[in-house]
Amino acid sequence: MMQEIKQDARIAPSLPVISETKMGVEELDLFYGEFQALKDVTLDFPKNEVTALIGPSGCGKSTLLKALNRMNDLVDGCRVDGLVSLDGDDIYRDVPVNDLRRRVGMVFQQPNPFPMSIYDNIAFGPRTHGIKGKAELDVIVEQSLRDAAIWDEVKDRLKKSALGLSGGQQQRLCIARALAVQPEVLLLDESTSALDPISTAKIEDLVVEFASKYTVIMVTHNMLQALRVSTKTAFFLLGEMVEAGDTDELFTHPKDSRTADYVSGRFG
Amino acid sequence: MTLKILRALVYVGAILTALVLAGIVGYILINGIPHLKPSLFEWTYTSENVSLMPALVDTILMALLALVLAVPTGVGAAIYLVEYARSTSRFVRVVRMTAETLQGIPSIIYGLFGLLFFTTMLGWGLSLMSGACTLAIMVLPVVMRTTEEALLAVPESYKQGGFALGAGRVRTIFRCVLPSALPGIVGGVLLALGRCVGEVAALLFTAGTVAQIPDFGGQGIFALFDSCRTLAVHMYVLASEGLHMDEAYATAVVLLILVVILNTGANFAAKRLKRGM
Ligand SMILES: Nc1ncnc2c1ncn2[C@@H]1O[C@H](COP(=O)(O)OP(=O)(O)OP(=O)(O)O)[C@@H](O)[C@H]1O
Ligand SMILES: [Mg+2]
Repeated sequence: MMQEIKQDARIAPSLPVISETKMGVEELDLFYGEFQALKDVTLDFPKNEVTALIGPSGCGKSTLLKALNRMNDLVDGCRVDGLVSLDGDDIYRDVPVNDLRRRVGMVFQQPNPFPMSIYDNIAFGPRTHGIKGKAELDVIVEQSLRDAAIWDEVKDRLKKSALGLSGGQQQRLCIARALAVQPEVLLLDESTSALDPISTAKIEDLVVEFASKYTVIMVTHNMLQALRVSTKTAFFLLGEMVEAGDTDELFTHPKDSRTADYVSGRFG
Repeated sequence: MTLKILRALVYVGAILTALVLAGIVGYILINGIPHLKPSLFEWTYTSENVSLMPALVDTILMALLALVLAVPTGVGAAIYLVEYARSTSRFVRVVRMTAETLQGIPSIIYGLFGLLFFTTMLGWGLSLMSGACTLAIMVLPVVMRTTEEALLAVPESYKQGGFALGAGRVRTIFRCVLPSALPGIVGGVLLALGRCVGEVAALLFTAGTVAQIPDFGGQGIFALFDSCRTLAVHMYVLASEGLHMDEAYATAVVLLILVVILNTGANFAAKRLKRGM
């Protein structure tokens, strides 16, 4: 009897599934010089879920992604207003930028392995953050490559240049490199758009798996991809966030007519 | 039709260049090699043996010293201009324009400047030090410009990759950007080296023509202020005196070999450096 009650008590609080917010932006305005690329964007990225950002070219998807790990800092004349938070901390004020970028990893559209060996590519991040021991690095390199499903393909050539890999392999290497610093959030900017369908499928599978460990935010032009791998989707148009919600809901019952037009392919 | 003509022109150009080059090298070798006598390599120069050994050592010292001064400065300046300064800033534009202008100035002007500044004003006299400083200023724009070009040619994505992993600016530049730029930088250093080894005019004014190895053993660091003559100056002196044309050709052969060795060495060093990075 007592036991039953206890059990109930244990289950009860978790019944309403409210997902925790990992990152969030509030009233975000972003300017490139005079040009406003993001207009009053407010959006939450729930922890351990895959959020897809969709919208026509030039609507500000990459810009938003780069605001999340402050890669926009590298752009001359870029100005950010509003709040971007990671676990509730303002990333533009309360988190050291290099720490932020370790916690919020990024994979780019074009694979960009460094011109060094496969091993050194993966070890670059951990070394940056102070891990020097060979044994420790060996473990990290192997684990990261395994997690990115490329270990079997490269384990015999770790000392060879990463530039000798195929495009799809290079992109998985870049994913492994991002994983090697144990990020909490992964940003993927059209990371499959330069790849063949088989490589794309491999990476999509990875992303689905990642949701159990990481918070994933991905930009994609491919709506089927958004449907396949994401649980949340946000639709952007001309720098504004038009609509955000559960992926299935947004694709099947969009609330805004512009979203409806886009997901049914009536926008470019 | 035009394509055919163009292709023919390309071939003609290539063949002409090769022929001219082979002609010069061949001419020097034919005239020089028969006169490469052991006496040319004696440690001390006398007017009988016309030894080129002191000049050979001086050349190496002079070029190394000039490069030691110019390469870190030039590479550092280029890194600053490309990676740190805002590309639109006025300062960058002024520095770039100045460097470009300096690159086009005849070396004799650098010689005059060296004579007035290092030799006279600083009182270093005609010396290894005055000469090397003058050469360093002369090749600085070369090193700077080539390094800049090499850095600009490195894909932006390497830098982004470094930053995105939380690496700071210094680490990103030294680990992700510089290794790729290294071949270009080495190219610039070789160009600079070539100019140092081949320079005569600027050195006549600043380093003088004394055919001896600076006496580091006896004077220590002060030997830097001894006058010395490089191989190119040595050749100039021999040829202008007109008494030792054969030895001048032999010297040219040695100079040629020296340049080849230095180039190979620099390339080899670059490869090692790149692997170590
Ligand atoms: N560095 C920059 N300087 C000035 N304007 C920029 C810069 N980067 C992007 N923009 C502008 O900001 C707007 C949004 O660009 P962004 O790259 O975020 O679009 P996107 O949604 O990622 O497009 P795509 O799908 O083509 O990648 C565009 O109009 C673009 O021209
Ligand atoms: Mg984009």
